[in-house]
Amino acid sequence: MNHTIHVIKQGRMSRRRRWIAVTLVLSILSIALCCAMLLFGNTIYPVRDVVAVLLGEEIKGAAFAVTTIRLPRMLAGLFAGFAFGVAGYTFQTLLRNPLANPNVIGMTSSSSAAAVFCIIVLQSSKAVTSFVSVIAGLLTVFIIYVLAKGTSFAIGRLILVGIGIQAMCNSIITYLMLIGEEHNLPAAVRWLTGSLNGVKLEELPVLMISCLIMVPVICVLGRSLLILELGEQTATTLGVKTDWVRVLLIVSAVVISAIATAITGPIASVAFLAGPIATRLVGTGKVNIVPAGLVGAALVLASDLVGQFMFQVKFPVGIITGIIGAPYLLFLLIRMNRRGDL
Amino acid sequence: MERSRYYPKQFTSVFVVSVVFLVLSVIASLIFGARSLTWQEVLDGFLQHSESFASSVFQKRLIRTIFGLCCGSALGVAGVLMQSVTRNPIADPSILGVNTGAALFVVCGMAFFQISDANHYIWFALSGALLTAIFVFGIGSIGRGGATPLKLVLAGAATSAALSSLVTAVMIPRSYVMNQFRFWQVGSVGAGTWDSILLLLPFLLTGILASIFCAPALNALALGDEAAQGLGVKTNVFRLAAAFAGVILCGATTAVAGPIGFIGLLATHMIRLLLGPDLRFLIPMSALSGAVILLVSDVIGRLVGSPGELEVGVVTALIGAPLLIILARKAKVRSL
Repeated sequence: MNHTIHVIKQGRMSRRRRWIAVTLVLSILSIALCCAMLLFGNTIYPVRDVVAVLLGEEIKGAAFAVTTIRLPRMLAGLFAGFAFGVAGYTFQTLLRNPLANPNVIGMTSSSSAAAVFCIIVLQSSKAVTSFVSVIAGLLTVFIIYVLAKGTSFAIGRLILVGIGIQAMCNSIITYLMLIGEEHNLPAAVRWLTGSLNGVKLEELPVLMISCLIMVPVICVLGRSLLILELGEQTATTLGVKTDWVRVLLIVSAVVISAIATAITGPIASVAFLAGPIATRLVGTGKVNIVPAGLVGAALVLASDLVGQFMFQVKFPVGIITGIIGAPYLLFLLIRMNRRGDL
Repeated sequence: MERSRYYPKQFTSVFVVSVVFLVLSVIASLIFGARSLTWQEVLDGFLQHSESFASSVFQKRLIRTIFGLCCGSALGVAGVLMQSVTRNPIADPSILGVNTGAALFVVCGMAFFQISDANHYIWFALSGALLTAIFVFGIGSIGRGGATPLKLVLAGAATSAALSSLVTAVMIPRSYVMNQFRFWQVGSVGAGTWDSILLLLPFLLTGILASIFCAPALNALALGDEAAQGLGVKTNVFRLAAAFAGVILCGATTAVAGPIGFIGLLATHMIRLLLGPDLRFLIPMSALSGAVILLVSDVIGRLVGSPGELEVGVVTALIGAPLLIILARKAKVRSL
């Protein structure tokens, strides 16, 4: 008996150590990428200048490049990536399906459609745009949930309904792009692919604050998430109020990813890749919310650096992540089909 | 033995009603628009050629209507063929990612081979559609149970996502392609000309004739491969022929009009609801109803979007996607 307890304890300890180690490594990686984002650009300023600018000194040239262009870009990438990663992981765990993520469910495209509508037709301010796109995201998730519920909840139906909604939203976006003024086009392309170009510092507090509020909420609920992973009936038996936890988790995940979408556009595949990568690194049996967020942030930052500097043309980050994510999605489908999971 | 002379019960009435709708939608398509024509002007347009403003509006709208009829019927038949070949109620070129495949090839053509007219688009679009269809179907049919609707749709969505990021990657460094593509990407019949109708026509005729020829064999295929083989049908030959015809139809239409989704889904399900699953009737009637649906959507787009217009691809997606949702809700969970 004592021996069994000892083994279990040891296992728990080693998992904990692994979690801490992975989280630490991921944090360091993200920080390194953040520094790279600040340092590199058309001109490379010495580290000393960048630090000085960040501390509030006025250095000609460097001050503008760092505070107006690179800092917002870096922060947007960091927080949006984190938000997408957390939201994706939450959805995947809640619905017990690696394919389930805000993009597939059609939530991102409805947020985008709402945001594009605000920008092109209403020409409303950034704050209103964020707000409307969050509402649209929540509403869509609600509609999809109701439509997919039927007699019993089925993930397949949920995905099909989501794809239907996505088709509608995409057609609206395409139309809005067409009637949009020529000078709105770059912004419109951002709504199709996701990009960190031209993010402004004053847009960011909404995203940062909502991340700082919602991520702890999700983490606290995460323990129940872990039990939800075992299946609904087991969770109910173990005393988790499944309905409430699920609603709260969905709402928080939707809110952060919709706010992130309102700022950067839908950055493809991040929500979808972050969860599986984090789980692979940490192993199952632990709440991987923070690692998933860090993986998301690292993915976005690294892809943005690649998009900016690897090619002769500057590609927005969404294209790079899309090209990384698509083969994995296909691979996953093939594997699921082989196993008969679908 | 006497050949069976089975007709679905409501065939005559459905046929008559469809024709009436077709005539009405043609008339509506001729009349409504940014500048509505009067009956008199339409009649004049048919009877004589004058230099008046109304006459030139009529000419333009006549081309548009005929073009819409061709595209609609092609897409309707393409939908039936794909659904029966994949034995899958929600197969449609737009859902299976075939349209995105065509789009990618067209963009590559614009960017790397400097193509700029529909004559060249069509071959690029066709090969793109064909390759994508093969790819998606290949991935969707791996594993137990073959190509179930859910697997196919997911494979289509994944492929679509992959291809559309490639489309954007090709497009972004080249602003001229972006401008050209932006207008092609929204499916529209407004830009149709006599040339594009002539270009589409051979593909349309080949595809529809081939599909009518395949219909009895496809009926047998619906019973399952073994039963069909037992009835003496060369299943693989016919399935391939029908799939090829479907891809030709939707690829050619996509090339000239841009991606217009959901017509196949809407037309086929409406007719199947009324007439049952016999493909000998389903195929011609889907052509008819596809044409009606496209024309009506186009008219709706012109009325709603006035003084400009809402492109028909947008309208069909807005009407068709709810149908997809209804189908998904109706289907039994396991059979998804």
